[in-house]
Amino acid sequence: MSVALIDYQSGNLHSARKAFERIAAEVGAGAVTVTESPDVVAAADRIVLPGDGAFPACARALRAIDGMEEALQEAVHARGRPFLGICVGMQLLATTGYEYEETPGLGWIDGTIRRIEPGAEGLKVPHMGWNDLVLEQEHPLLEGLSTGYHAYFVHSYAMQVDSPADRLAHVGYGADITAIVARGNVAGTQFHPEKSQAQGLRLIANFLRWAP
Amino acid sequence: MLKIRLIPCLDVADGRVVKGVNFVDLRDAGDPVEAARAYDAAGADELCFLDIHATHENRGTMFDLVTRTAESIFMPLTVGGGVKSADDVRALLLAGADKVSFNSAAVADITVVARAAERFGAQCLVVAIDAKEVAPGRWEIFTHGGRRPTGIDAVEFARRAEAHGAGEILLTSMDRDGTKAGFNLGLTRAVTEAVSIPVIASGGVGNLDHLVEGVTEGGASAVLAASIFHFGTHTIAEAKDHMAAAGLPIRPVPEAPAPPMAAP
Repeated sequence: MSVALIDYQSGNLHSARKAFERIAAEVGAGAVTVTESPDVVAAADRIVLPGDGAFPACARALRAIDGMEEALQEAVHARGRPFLGICVGMQLLATTGYEYEETPGLGWIDGTIRRIEPGAEGLKVPHMGWNDLVLEQEHPLLEGLSTGYHAYFVHSYAMQVDSPADRLAHVGYGADITAIVARGNVAGTQFHPEKSQAQGLRLIANFLRWAP
Repeated sequence: MLKIRLIPCLDVADGRVVKGVNFVDLRDAGDPVEAARAYDAAGADELCFLDIHATHENRGTMFDLVTRTAESIFMPLTVGGGVKSADDVRALLLAGADKVSFNSAAVADITVVARAAERFGAQCLVVAIDAKEVAPGRWEIFTHGGRRPTGIDAVEFARRAEAHGAGEILLTSMDRDGTKAGFNLGLTRAVTEAVSIPVIASGGVGNLDHLVEGVTEGGASAVLAASIFHFGTHTIAEAKDHMAAAGLPIRPVPEAPAPPMAAP
């Protein structure tokens, strides 16, 4: 059993690693490896793409690792390994991002990444802080969680899913903000579970036990 | 609905928590990692470490503190003090910080924020503004712990920080810091109205009404305080109850019993 956290020179990797190491030990999910090696990713039992950064820079950095996109395709689509994207790591699942410039995503979940609109309420952007989840579907990743639990968000862009079937939860911030997506063995959270105290650690535990 | 954040700030010097009164008289208030754990358990919404004597020699001490903190608590941590470059941001993010705060370096050259934002995104970049009232309705930025005037207008600088990729402003009133007289609400309101990014109000909290005023009158998205928590005057729960009773959206403490992790 192994969990690969992809290091693509972006983000709060250490926080994510510490949270996954702790929960992996509690649920017996094996070793957590921070890696930039496509071979390690291709062989991992579970894959996490953490994230903190701008969409185009992150997409470029991920694709700059020779063989990484192919390794992800192999592990996630050919071998069906569970995959979790966090924050920008979730946004990269979309078809297209529109932060600074139009950038293709991995295209594993049909949708686009667009800037949060301040709207008539004059909302502050980034959407930063604790917001309460509204769960939309039952799913193994949500076991033990319920509507009203808070999660920690920090982002200026959000995913608009083409199909409501791919969205598990949202939060209210002007319009609904996509909070959790899942399709098959691929999932993502816009919020940072590794920064969301007990509820976030619970979601990580659910991911590490998930058998899609 | 997004909640108003309550942020205890740990001023750190040489690996210990200190709290200055007007940045001069410092008192020892304990070990930063222990304090961070206590605030995590108490339901703080974020934590902030400011390295107030940031020098090249003690950078290692701060990295170690951040690393140890990130190993034991799972909530957002902002680190500031002596941050000069995008590489400094990267190093602190790798150590375990979630957000990194620029202060003097951004005042000297705001483009450093833009360079960091391009690599790491605006969401992890805080620009700390320390301002003093120099005339009614006019606030000027001071650097180097409040000792050095810059001639730069604080409100205008906040706009420039936003334009250069800051994700958040940490706004400290130098006149109020350590006085327990409450936030400088005029300054806070002027900055929150000038920018569309979140503003953390800081400097001067002496009682729980001050926290409420920072939001209702100052327009802040988050309120930061140090000594009222560090010295046990109030708990995080008391502060949150008071803010909630005043009608502010607050994340409850405790949120819920921690769900069991063990396999069913």
